[in-house]
Amino acid sequence: MLGTYFTFPELLIWIPLIMGILCFFFKKEAVVKSFALVASLLTLAVSISSLFYTNASYITYNVVSYQWMSQIGNTFYVGLDGTGRILTFLSALAFPVIIIASYNNSYKNVNAFYGLLLLTQAGIMGVFTAMDALLFYFFWELALIPVYFLCSRWGGEKRIQTTFKFFVYTFLGSLLMLTGIIYIYLHTPPRSFTNGIQVDHSFALNAFYSAKLSVTEQGWLFWLFFAAFAVKMPVFPLHTWQPDTYDQSPAPVTMVLSGLMVKMGLLGVIRWLIPVLPEATEKYTYIVMLLCVAGIIYASCIAMVQDNLKKLVAYSSIAHIGLMCAAIFAMNEIGLKGALLQMFNHGINIVGLWIVIDIIEKRTGIKNISQLGGLANRAPALTILFVIIALANIALPLTNSFVGELMMFTGIYRFNPWFAAVAGLSIILAAVYTLNMIQKVFYGNTNSITTQVNDISLKEKIILGAIVLIIFVLGIYPQLIIDLTKETVDALLVNVKQKI
Amino acid sequence: MKNISDIIWLIPFLPLLGFLIIGSARNILSRSVTGMIGSGTILASFILSLMVFWSVKNGTLYSLHYFDFINISSLKIGFDYKVDQLTSLFLLIITGVGFLIHVYSTSYMHAEPAKDFAKYFSFLNLFVFSMLILVMGGNYVIMFIGWEGVGLCSYLLIGYWFKNNDYTNAAKKAFIMNRIGDLGFLLAIFWFISKTGSVDFDILFSSSTLAKLSPADITGITLLLFVGATGKSAQIPLYTWLPDAMAGPTPVSALIHAATMVTAGIYMIARSNILYSSAQITQNVMVIIGMATVILAATIALKQNDIKKVLAYSTVSQLGYMFVALGVGSYTGAVFHVMTHAFFKALLFLGAGSVIHAMSGEQDMRNMGGLKKKLNITHITFLIGCLAIAGMPPLSGFFSKDEILAASFAESPLLWAFGIAGAAMTAFYMFRLYGMTFLGKFRGTSEQKDHLHESPAAITIPLIVLALLAIAGGWVGIPELFMQGGHRLEAFLKPVFEKKVGLPGTHTLTHQTEYILIAVSVVLSLLAIIIAVMRYRNYERTDKPSSAVSRVLENKWYVDELYQNIIVNPLRALSHFFTNVIEKKGIDGIVNGTGKAVNYSSRQLRWVQSGQVGAYVLLMVLGILVIFIIQLFL
Repeated sequence: MLGTYFTFPELLIWIPLIMGILCFFFKKEAVVKSFALVASLLTLAVSISSLFYTNASYITYNVVSYQWMSQIGNTFYVGLDGTGRILTFLSALAFPVIIIASYNNSYKNVNAFYGLLLLTQAGIMGVFTAMDALLFYFFWELALIPVYFLCSRWGGEKRIQTTFKFFVYTFLGSLLMLTGIIYIYLHTPPRSFTNGIQVDHSFALNAFYSAKLSVTEQGWLFWLFFAAFAVKMPVFPLHTWQPDTYDQSPAPVTMVLSGLMVKMGLLGVIRWLIPVLPEATEKYTYIVMLLCVAGIIYASCIAMVQDNLKKLVAYSSIAHIGLMCAAIFAMNEIGLKGALLQMFNHGINIVGLWIVIDIIEKRTGIKNISQLGGLANRAPALTILFVIIALANIALPLTNSFVGELMMFTGIYRFNPWFAAVAGLSIILAAVYTLNMIQKVFYGNTNSITTQVNDISLKEKIILGAIVLIIFVLGIYPQLIIDLTKETVDALLVNVKQKI
Repeated sequence: MKNISDIIWLIPFLPLLGFLIIGSARNILSRSVTGMIGSGTILASFILSLMVFWSVKNGTLYSLHYFDFINISSLKIGFDYKVDQLTSLFLLIITGVGFLIHVYSTSYMHAEPAKDFAKYFSFLNLFVFSMLILVMGGNYVIMFIGWEGVGLCSYLLIGYWFKNNDYTNAAKKAFIMNRIGDLGFLLAIFWFISKTGSVDFDILFSSSTLAKLSPADITGITLLLFVGATGKSAQIPLYTWLPDAMAGPTPVSALIHAATMVTAGIYMIARSNILYSSAQITQNVMVIIGMATVILAATIALKQNDIKKVLAYSTVSQLGYMFVALGVGSYTGAVFHVMTHAFFKALLFLGAGSVIHAMSGEQDMRNMGGLKKKLNITHITFLIGCLAIAGMPPLSGFFSKDEILAASFAESPLLWAFGIAGAAMTAFYMFRLYGMTFLGKFRGTSEQKDHLHESPAAITIPLIVLALLAIAGGWVGIPELFMQGGHRLEAFLKPVFEKKVGLPGTHTLTHQTEYILIAVSVVLSLLAIIIAVMRYRNYERTDKPSSAVSRVLENKWYVDELYQNIIVNPLRALSHFFTNVIEKKGIDGIVNGTGKAVNYSSRQLRWVQSGQVGAYVLLMVLGILVIFIIQLFL
């Protein structure tokens, strides 16, 4: 039964879902694209108004709940806490940018392409807002399945192989998580609904938080959930699907995957792993931190010797995500808030990077660093914008990532200074691979291919300019986002402290 | 102006505004407009800095809070500026010398296309902005914004001619080496936050906060901050970027070496003096590293033939003196030397630029000689710079170097002996440079000879101003020895440095000892000058193979090669190992192996579903049998 009114979290899901399905019925390329753009702008408008009109409190506010399969204690239960608002806003912001940036690309079966893209957005929005475990799982899969199709049908030459690897990883992860969800569900307290239905168990987030689980049970459940989330982020050594998938997917899909879908894993940890299994978290934090820190250095090293521009960015992203995961598991205020802030910033920056890489690939047909060079001679505007985004990616002060990384590293330092010191080496390594890339792609003399490149169009300038603007605004006044993290983090810390 | 505190934000903002205007309008601005905006903003900042300086001198200090940069319950970091005696002095140096370099650049860079000219000036303004943030920041995080900002600007300016691969390599090296140091700085910040919950200077340096830090904390923090300083201020082991940094246009070198960037490390440690004074171990480390850098860089400078390289190594060496001063607790001495060094090193670099300009881009001193006749003003001002850096009285370098040497003597006569040796080498290589460049016969091509000319006024006027400063700049620090109530600089900076606990920083030498020390250092340097001039006044190019020792010095002790072999190459090898072995064969091997195993076993299992009823019946019977057997035995 649907209610008589809609709330923000629902609209964020319904708009892309319904408009995504409608998208399949259009034929003309121009119509499909404008329709998709309108849909994404509509979602953005809702998201922006949600920032103004809702309360940022943890879970209790801005929630909507319909009975859905109440016989098994399931409800359509979505809400927007501070974290949810940061992440839904990021998704709402990213999609129009992605659609505009790919406006001139032409895809076969364009209606299906954009339809699937919008369905992915609906899934992502659902994951970020779901307050019910089954619903969370449902949206998790809803976000993934369109991406499989997008990769396997519109991807590069090696798309079949790559999608297979991607599928094996994520499917395995999802399966483990589903097992975990069902097991915890069977240990949740009974629940009675307003219409008199009584159920023994429920999937609601609150019920999960109060599930009675022994420490041993928590232990293996922890790894079931962590595996699913770790694949998605990804955390070393479950990451090898990612560089290939980023490399082979069509540009808009890569942007969605790296900018938004990796955040699903991080959000899963914050909302569904740590508070549900606090004792196990406490017990295994050290191992997770070790994996994260090892992954940070490992991925940074590989990024240094990558010749493929897309894989370089992919490995750089693996290092950055590892840092966020480590900061979350440090379980202190500054680390958590930094990680939440950085989840937003990372999304903005990496979408910017992919846009530039897509521009370069479209104009030269090349994605290998060693075959490029001298682009600064031909495309100064592109160079300036890209250098700013790349420097934001390595957390230069007054860009958005600086504050995020400062807070995350401080959090990790509080957990263990040596972890911060070792992870800190990535600050240096990041400078090495980023400056190498800038030097080899943009500096030097042009070669026979790059000499024919033209500078970016006004539309591209506006899109990249908007990203740069966000980078500086949040770099100078990060408090805009930090304020949103307050309730979530405070409640999480209190919640976990009570249980341990 | 009634309220100085209302105009303080303009000091860094004006250069930022200049950067934004020039940067965004670089395609339409003419060179003269660009030059005017670029220099004008710095001049305005300089005038404001002067006003702030007078007000500080009259005893008003400023602590300004603009907005919360980070505000969470466990940490508050404000976007704060703090202006005290130390900051106001640095403001004058940065904007004053910076302005002269801007004016000089309008002429020096005139041959560049208008677009690139604008790019250059926008970066120059951004550089000054970053440095101003660095010295005005009221806490370590704001300071760090400027700290990395100058690193970025040096990267952008060293790689200004981005088509040249060597230049962009030098730019990259500068940034990366600085980042290594930055990591030290950052770790110190994390340490501060973890132990005290604050990064604010006023809070950190209060006795109640200091009480929260154990001696081990203070030692650790000060060492990490010092690591940061070795990166920015080019000390062992992170100095090799600075000599390569001369790939940028010459005025940029002047800016990096004199007004900005390299002085940042000195400023940061002087700012943290209260911590350093109670960290004996760190002070000793600083003295050792500083003195080792003095000697190492001076020996390398003895054998360089590129005019800018000599100056670059001399900067490294002079910075070493400043760290020695910091290490022995003579903070005033270090800051004093920063100031005088800013004058004479800016003068020398700009003079070298004028020489290179006149020589149509030639930088090799072996192809120069006899320039004295053609470049009158450049020659005289350059000579003044050489005398100042060699520590000849009564020029500025004499007073500041004397103060550092005296302080080292108070610490240990051996330290002083090394200092004197370094000073003598300084005098020698500077006059070797002078002799090879200005004396003797011209050794360049005839085209270069025809082209030789004195530079225009935009270049010579900054040289003259700096020459005057190089002469008189040291008079603010004339010691008690020579003048009753002398050393006004020390009196001015006293409030910043007096809080120190532990080591007595001011040396207590008798006047007699001081006279002797001064006499020895002046005589030795004078001797070095005379020898150098005699040897190099009629320099002739020879193709004689150089001796083993000079080869080592010419190759800068092979330090770059050493780093290449012990750090860069192993790191690359490790990265390749990760990529090719662990990633591809290891992890992906397992994943693909799992996939293949599933594929294989399903293919093997396929015969089970053969579609023949007989086979199914057989299997069923077998299955029932197995269950029976299990039930029987369990």
